[in-house]
Amino acid sequence: MSASLVYFAAAFLIGLAALGTGIGFALLGGKLLEGAARQPEQGPQLQTKMFLMAGLLDAVPMIGVGIGMYLIFVVAPGMAA
Amino acid sequence: MASENLTPTAYIQHHLQNLAYGKLPAGYERADGTVVSQDMWTLAHTSKEASDMGFWCLHLDTLGWGVVLGTIFSLFFWRTAKKATAGQPTGVQSFIELLVEFIDTTVKGTFHHANKMVAPMGLTIFVWVFLMNLMDLVPVDWLPVAAAKISGNDHLFFKVVPTTDPNATLGMAFTVFALMIFFSIQKKGAIGFLKELTLHPFHSGKIYIDIFLIPINFVLETIALVSKPVSLGLRLFGNMYAGEMIFILIAIMFGAGAILGIFAGALQWGWAVFHILVITIQAFVFMVLTTVYMAMAHDTHEDH
Repeated sequence: MSASLVYFAAAFLIGLAALGTGIGFALLGGKLLEGAARQPEQGPQLQTKMFLMAGLLDAVPMIGVGIGMYLIFVVAPGMAA
Repeated sequence: MASENLTPTAYIQHHLQNLAYGKLPAGYERADGTVVSQDMWTLAHTSKEASDMGFWCLHLDTLGWGVVLGTIFSLFFWRTAKKATAGQPTGVQSFIELLVEFIDTTVKGTFHHANKMVAPMGLTIFVWVFLMNLMDLVPVDWLPVAAAKISGNDHLFFKVVPTTDPNATLGMAFTVFALMIFFSIQKKGAIGFLKELTLHPFHSGKIYIDIFLIPINFVLETIALVSKPVSLGLRLFGNMYAGEMIFILIAIMFGAGAILGIFAGALQWGWAVFHILVITIQAFVFMVLTTVYMAMAHDTHEDH
């Protein structure tokens, strides 16, 4: 029984992290387009800053996905066996 | 490869286990039944043995690939620097100049203090982490199978990407953390550093109020301080581990018949292209954050 709980945990972990990232990237992308529209010549600088922020924003969900997959593929089979 | 009835889970766990060389305590019953007579340094044959080695366990593949890539990086840059000519630069030299200038401007953008070590450190971190991440693009089975063939030991665990090993990424992150503390103390003095830990962010200047504020400040500041290396290390680990895991899952699809195989090939190509972006960004983010942390360590709050 507890093995299936681990799958639930991993699902929540990855799902909620994805939700947060989705909103974060949407805002980030929107602001980039607004900034680039307002000042087209600043486009490249804004884009590098956006990628930097994307790298930072990516951290928490990716850690979540990493741990989630660890739960699914290492912890759960171990418990089921 | 590892065993006849190779289930997907066994395949995944085989690819997630590092080549562990460590000390097995006396009287430890090994996987193949033999009992260890006295403390013995040996290669782990199963992941259970590797975890039972506890602290005394070196991940030879992570250390090995890290050192190999580090030497490749330094030799390559050193040889080009030695042969550098202002007259007619070779393609390689101009590429390295481009890289060095890019990192120099980035570091200059965030780090405004006089320290000759930060820009070279930024360059080293960026190129070394990028090279280590680049190993992730090599298809999952090539190098481990080659290593197993060369070493003749079929139970050889061989995880090629050093940055998918939390020991490596957290090791780098805590080295940066030690540097951060060293520079803070060097620039602000031990008292200055302690003052920064206890009097920020709330301070009123009047001692009898500050006494109550110090514990709150201390807790806030220590959490902020410790979260820096941990997030720095786990960010790189999380991204690379998830990327590696997806490559492994795609690799499993190759074994499931022709149609799925072709589909898996397209998937692997697509994910590898996207992963090139992830690799570069994560190396860049690791470098920029290290520079920012160095800048914060040098910031003595007088100049503004």
